Amino acid sequence: MDEPESAKISMTRSSEAVPSPAGQPPKTNGAQSKDMRGRPRRRADAIFRMLVQGSGVVLLVIMAAIAVFLILQAIPALKADTTNFLTTLNWAPDSTPSSFGIAALAFGSLLTSLLALVMSVPVAVGVALAISHYAPRWLAGPLAYVVDLLAAVPSVVFGLWGLIYLVPSIIGPSKFLSTYFGFIPLFETNGTYGKSVFAASVVLAVMIIPIIAAISREIFVQTPRDHIEAAWAIGATKWEMVRTAILPYGRSGVVSATVLGFGRAIGETIAVALVLSANYEISLHILQPGGNTIAANIANRYGEAGGIGRGALIASGLVLFVITLIVNFGARAIVRRGEREGA
Amino acid sequence: MAKSIQMKNVDIYYGKFHAVQDVNLSVPPRAVTAFIGPSGCGKSTVLRTMNRMHEVIPGARVEGRVELDGEDIYRPAVDPVEVRRAVGMVFQRPNPFPTMSIRDNVVAGLKLQGVRNKSHLEEVTERSLRGANLWNEVKDRLGRPGGSLSGGQQQRLCIARAIAVQPEILLMDEPCSALDPISTLAIEELMGELKKDYTIVIVTHNMQQAARVSDQTGFFNLKAAGQPGRLIELDNTEKIFSNPTEKATEDYISGRFG
Ligand SMILES: Nc1ncnc2c1ncn2[C@@H]1O[C@H](COP(=O)(O)OP(=O)(O)OP(=O)(O)O)[C@@H](O)[C@H]1O
Ligand SMILES: [Mg+2]
Repeated sequence: MDEPESAKISMTRSSEAVPSPAGQPPKTNGAQSKDMRGRPRRRADAIFRMLVQGSGVVLLVIMAAIAVFLILQAIPALKADTTNFLTTLNWAPDSTPSSFGIAALAFGSLLTSLLALVMSVPVAVGVALAISHYAPRWLAGPLAYVVDLLAAVPSVVFGLWGLIYLVPSIIGPSKFLSTYFGFIPLFETNGTYGKSVFAASVVLAVMIIPIIAAISREIFVQTPRDHIEAAWAIGATKWEMVRTAILPYGRSGVVSATVLGFGRAIGETIAVALVLSANYEISLHILQPGGNTIAANIANRYGEAGGIGRGALIASGLVLFVITLIVNFGARAIVRRGEREGA
Repeated sequence: MAKSIQMKNVDIYYGKFHAVQDVNLSVPPRAVTAFIGPSGCGKSTVLRTMNRMHEVIPGARVEGRVELDGEDIYRPAVDPVEVRRAVGMVFQRPNPFPTMSIRDNVVAGLKLQGVRNKSHLEEVTERSLRGANLWNEVKDRLGRPGGSLSGGQQQRLCIARAIAVQPEILLMDEPCSALDPISTLAIEELMGELKKDYTIVIVTHNMQQAARVSDQTGFFNLKAAGQPGRLIELDNTEKIFSNPTEKATEDYISGRFG
C-alpha cells in the first residue's frame, strides 16, 4: 500500500517541477489535475497526522520522564523513613530518625477540597444558569465576561483576600455555626478562630466558583432548542424547563467542570498556605485551627528541607498526583455512565 | 375538553420582522384543521401562537386576539404555562427528552402538574402509548431512555407525551415529515381517533395527507420573500381541493398535484 503511494507522490513532484512534455496526451493531463486536487490534501493529512501523533508521543514521553525523575527522587527518602509513609501523621523527614507520612496531609487535602466543592458547585451552577437563562441579555454578556475573567485570576490573589479579609471576618459565621450546629462533629470547636480548615475551604470555594461556573455556562447555552421547547410545550415553568431540559443536558459538563475545580483546589498551594495554620493532625473539627494539605505543605517546607526532606515532599507530590488521577477516572466513569444511559 | 380556536386580526413578529399578517380564522372543536402552503409562509408561526410557544423566542411578539372558546389567551392575566398545559404540541422534529426513560417522557407533563400516584401514572403511560400506537413496540423497555428509539418511534413517543395530559387542543407541526409510510398511516388513523376528543390543528406539506385527515384546510401564502405571510383562505377540505375560491390556492394545489 505504502509503496505505490510514495511512488505516485514522487512522480507528481517531478511533473510539478518539470512542465509536462508536449507529447503527453491531454487525457493524462486531466487525470493529473484531478490528482493534484486530491494530493496536496492527502499530503496535508499526512503532515497533520504526523504532527498530532508526534506531539502526543512527545507529551507522553515528557510525562513519563517526569514521573521517573520524581520517583527516583522519592525512593531514597521513602527508604529512610522509619515509620509507615501511608499511616504516619507526623512530618519530620530531616530529623534523626527520619519520620514522615502522608496520612494527615492527604486527609487535609481531601477535606478542604471536598468542602470547597460542596460550597462551590451549587453556587457555580446557579451562577451559570443565571447567566445562561435568567439574566436579561444586556446583563448576561458582561456577567459571562466577568466570570471568565475571574476564572483567570491567579490564586495568590484569592489567598491574600483570604488572609486580609476573610480570616478576620469569618469569625462571626464560625461562631454562628458552632453555636447552632455544634452538635454536628464537623462544627464542634473549642474556641473561635479565624485561621481554620473552614476558612481555607471558603477561599478555595471562592477560587473555583468562576471556573466551574464558566464551564457550566458554556454547556448550558448549548442545550438544543428542541429539548427546551419540548419542556415549554408540556407546560413547564421556567425552573421546570431548566430541570427537565437544561440540567440533564449539562450534567456531564458540570461533572467535568467539578473535576477541574477539584484539581485546582487540591493542587492549590499558596492560597491555602496563607490561611491555614499548619499542623499534622487528622481532625474533623473544621472550625479549629490546624490541618494541612499536601500542596501547602510542599510550599511551606520546600525551602528549609534537606535532602531527605525534599525527597519526602516529592513523594507527597506523587500521592497528590495519584489522587487527582483517581478522581479524574472516577469522574469519567460517571460521565460515561450518564452518556450510556442517554444513548 | 376540545375547545374551539378563534384568531382575530392576528399579526405576528420576530423582533422587527413581520412574519404573519392579519390572520382571522376559526377552528371548530372535535375536528382536524390542516394548514398548507409554501415553506416560510408562516404556518408554524401561526400554530405556535395558539399555545403561546411563539413568545419563548427572544423578541417575538403577537398582536391581536387568540381565543380558546372565546377566552383571549393573550390577556395579561393569563399564565402561558396554563395555556400550554391545555394545548398540546407535537413538533416537526421528534424531541423526546433523550436521557429520560420512555415512561417518564410520557408522563413528564403529568408529573409537572403534580400527579404522583404510581398506578395512575402507569395507567396513563399505557393508555397514551397505546393511543400513539407505540405500546407494543416499547412495552418491554419502558425504562430505556427516550433517545434510544428510532426517529419514527420518538415521534410517536412525543404524541403520547402530548396526549398524556389530555389537552383541549392538539397542535401538530408536520408530525409525519420524519416518518415512514406505515408510521404515517398509523398517525393519520390516530388523528381520526383523537378528533373524537380533541381539537386538532396540523401543518403539513403533504396535500394528500391534508385531504385524507382534515375536515377543513387553510392555505397560507406570501407575496414575496421578506413579505409577511397571510391566510389566503380557509374552508372545507373538499371545497379547497376541488373548487377553491382563490386563484392562488388553486395554483398551489394544482401545481403540486399536476
Ligand atoms: N426564530 C425565528 N426568528 C426569526 N424569524 C423566524 C424564526 N422562525 C421563523 N422565522 C421566519 O418567519 C417566517 C415564517 O416561518 P415559519 O417557520 O412559520 O414558516 P413555515 O410556513 O412553517 O415554513 P415550513 O413549511 O418551511 O416549516 C419565515 O420567513 C421565517 O424565516
Ligand atoms: Mg414550519
